[in-house]
Amino acid sequence: MNCTSAIHEISSYIDGELEASVRIELEEHLRECEGCAIIVRQTQLTVEIFCNDKPVELPPDVRSRLHEKLKHKLHKSK
Amino acid sequence: MQYATLNVGSGFGPIHSAVLTTRLLAKNPKLSAPTPERIPSKIAREDEPLLVKAAKSGDAGAFEELVNRYESKIFRLTMNITRNREDAEDSMQEAFLKAYSHLHTFKEDSRFYTWLVRIAANEALMRLRKRRPNQVSLDEPVQGEDDLMPREVEDWGPSPEQRYAQSELHEILDQVIESLDPDFRTVFVLRDIEELSTEETAQAMGISVPAVKSRLLRARLKLRQKLDRFLRDRKPN
Repeated sequence: MNCTSAIHEISSYIDGELEASVRIELEEHLRECEGCAIIVRQTQLTVEIFCNDKPVELPPDVRSRLHEKLKHKLHKSK
Repeated sequence: MQYATLNVGSGFGPIHSAVLTTRLLAKNPKLSAPTPERIPSKIAREDEPLLVKAAKSGDAGAFEELVNRYESKIFRLTMNITRNREDAEDSMQEAFLKAYSHLHTFKEDSRFYTWLVRIAANEALMRLRKRRPNQVSLDEPVQGEDDLMPREVEDWGPSPEQRYAQSELHEILDQVIESLDPDFRTVFVLRDIEELSTEETAQAMGISVPAVKSRLLRARLKLRQKLDRFLRDRKPN
């Protein structure tokens, strides 16, 4: 496997969705190619960091306005 | 890194979705906003299919229960897509109102949340298109392979989570994700942040499974690249 093919498989690889034969081929390439190995680690880490990031919270005023609108709609359609 | 499945230093391994799920559940704080006046539902909270059935047959309390369950996630989604609080709020409100109006069209062979995400993502994308008409092209195939291959690669050393305080890193990530094209950002948000499956993401966005996979690959690589540039330009104190 060359670097271009390896890069195309990164996403499926980090999701654990690669067929065994392709995964083995990719891992062989990663053992030999430090650049691709770094990209795989950094891409994994990037996904992790975004998943670990503080989530957007629903501000109380936004929530109140939503429920006001809903109440109006729900009561209107009764 | 504190997670055993991420072999940052020495090897490679898949990020298992179950691990991500556990981590996300652990990280997501409960809603801290005051509880609004609720219409009591006749249906138990645990049983979503029954809740959906009850809402469809006109139980307003059941629908409000569904809203309570997903409002934070839907706001996070619309905020992540639009990157604008006013648009995010409008999209969220419109999504729930439309969901209520069109509940009779919901086929119960899929998850209610996926159906809701589809409505909310469409609302958010519509507002984004209005605000930035030339930047959103979700209906067009992604062209070009040239940008996929990173040109310069350098190890990050200590991970960004070790290098920056949480609030500082949050600001960095905010800037990085905001600079991502909306068509890539939306796929990344649905797949990696909201943890929809590839099929659910395809369904929510109205695109094919291969298109989701292709955009997710590009989104992840672009985010890595943008984060890489950011980390190189901005040395820690």
